[in-house]
Amino acid sequence: MISFTQVCKRYPGGIEALRDLSLHVGAGEMVLLTGRSGAGKSTVLKLIPAIELPSAGAVIVAGQNVASLRRAAVPFLRRRIGLVFQDHKLLFDRNAFENVLLPLAISGYSPRDAGRRVQAALDKVGLAERARAMPVALSGGEQQRLAIARAIAHRPALLVADEPTANLDPEYAHEIARLLESFRQVGVTVVVATHDAAVFADCGARRIVLERGAAAG
Amino acid sequence: MKAWFASHRAALARALRRFAQAPWSSLLAALVIGIALALPASGHLLLANLLPIAERVSARPEISLFLALGADKRDAAEIQARLGRTAGVSGWRFVSREETAKRMRTTEGLAEVLDSLPRNPFPDAFVIEPSTETEAGLGALRETLAAWPKVEHVQIDSAWVKRLAALVKLARAALLAAAGLLAAALVVVTFNTIRLQILGQREEIELARLLGATDGFIRRPFFYFGTLQGLAGGAVACGLVFAVVGFARAPLADLAGLYDPAFSLRTLEARDAVLVLAAAGALGWLGAWASVSRHLRGG
Repeated sequence: MISFTQVCKRYPGGIEALRDLSLHVGAGEMVLLTGRSGAGKSTVLKLIPAIELPSAGAVIVAGQNVASLRRAAVPFLRRRIGLVFQDHKLLFDRNAFENVLLPLAISGYSPRDAGRRVQAALDKVGLAERARAMPVALSGGEQQRLAIARAIAHRPALLVADEPTANLDPEYAHEIARLLESFRQVGVTVVVATHDAAVFADCGARRIVLERGAAAG
Repeated sequence: MKAWFASHRAALARALRRFAQAPWSSLLAALVIGIALALPASGHLLLANLLPIAERVSARPEISLFLALGADKRDAAEIQARLGRTAGVSGWRFVSREETAKRMRTTEGLAEVLDSLPRNPFPDAFVIEPSTETEAGLGALRETLAAWPKVEHVQIDSAWVKRLAALVKLARAALLAAAGLLAAALVVVTFNTIRLQILGQREEIELARLLGATDGFIRRPFFYFGTLQGLAGGAVACGLVFAVVGFARAPLADLAGLYDPAFSLRTLEARDAVLVLAAAGALGWLGAWASVSRHLRGG
């Protein structure tokens, strides 16, 4: 599903985030990317949906080389991926239902179909009763689950989550970990960057440790 | 194709929702655009009404030549003979002082005034048809005629009409310039509205990009919004022009009736309204396009 071959990423200013990183994630696999802050976890996650482009090397996602993708093709790559952002990126001027609806509207689902999928996604993350709630009215854990609902509403084959359990109580964190694992069980490829691997201990996930921009061990 | 229509319909729906979300500022923007468009549009209509009058009256210049009061029939015959020899005169009509007096008597109230006068106050006159229509030619002819004996006064009757025509021409040029400026203002108003919208939705736009939105998906609602705002402004403009024409109807008809009894006021027709709306919509689209290109570049 994902394959990095000798990928380098230098940010302007000479900061080298990734150095010769090679890694492979098979379809239906769940992978934990761990490592200290600054080890390059977020950079890896940004390279997958072409938010950043590699300075060198090849990033293959679902059979496409991200680095050589035409600008106009990038949106269509992103539609095949479910993204959970570190800072949620929920829109606070619309309710839970409308937040989950956004990616479906972008992908051009008919309103009826989209409505059904939104409800199913909210149901899946346990927010079916909160569809009309505004994000501010949700707890931190609920906001994170809403963000996950938005990421999986269009049923992507690949789910990418950046620090999904950060700033959550251990109980909530475990809930999120179980939720992400449940997607692996139905065949979704799941990539999670986390500094808290213990939470995902019983998820059956492979662990890739990053150290200063390269795979360690 | 179906998906394309659906995406446009969705963009239109989003644009309409943005209208509904800020009804007051949308209304104000439409008013500003409407007023800006109504000025040249109503000015154009007023001119369109005045122009035929000016053209009809100025078609044939005439020169009126008045003899001195002391002139007699022999003097008149002498002038007539001279007219026959003068280049630049293609025809003339003698209007005797008796004839003038008779015609004036038919005018309400003038009969008594004329009766009270010791003698006929009108001079003999010639109405001359010049063969030239140029300003210089007419002026020269007037000089010549005025120098003849027993000629009291020579008047070019088309002079004021010429001035009116020149004024109308000037007004038209001014109107065109004003229309250009106000069209630019419309583009600027839309540009700014869209700019504020883009700034207000930075977060949403950035997120939409991350979720796989194409440039078209992001830009389309702004185009629709700009065009809709332009159309709303155009509708306001049409309403205002209707009001202005209605307001000016009576005085304009009075003025026009003096020259053409069959005068009918040209008001805002469906064709004009469509033109105003189309121009407003196009300018709104242009403003939105400029703003989107400026503020959503790359990203």
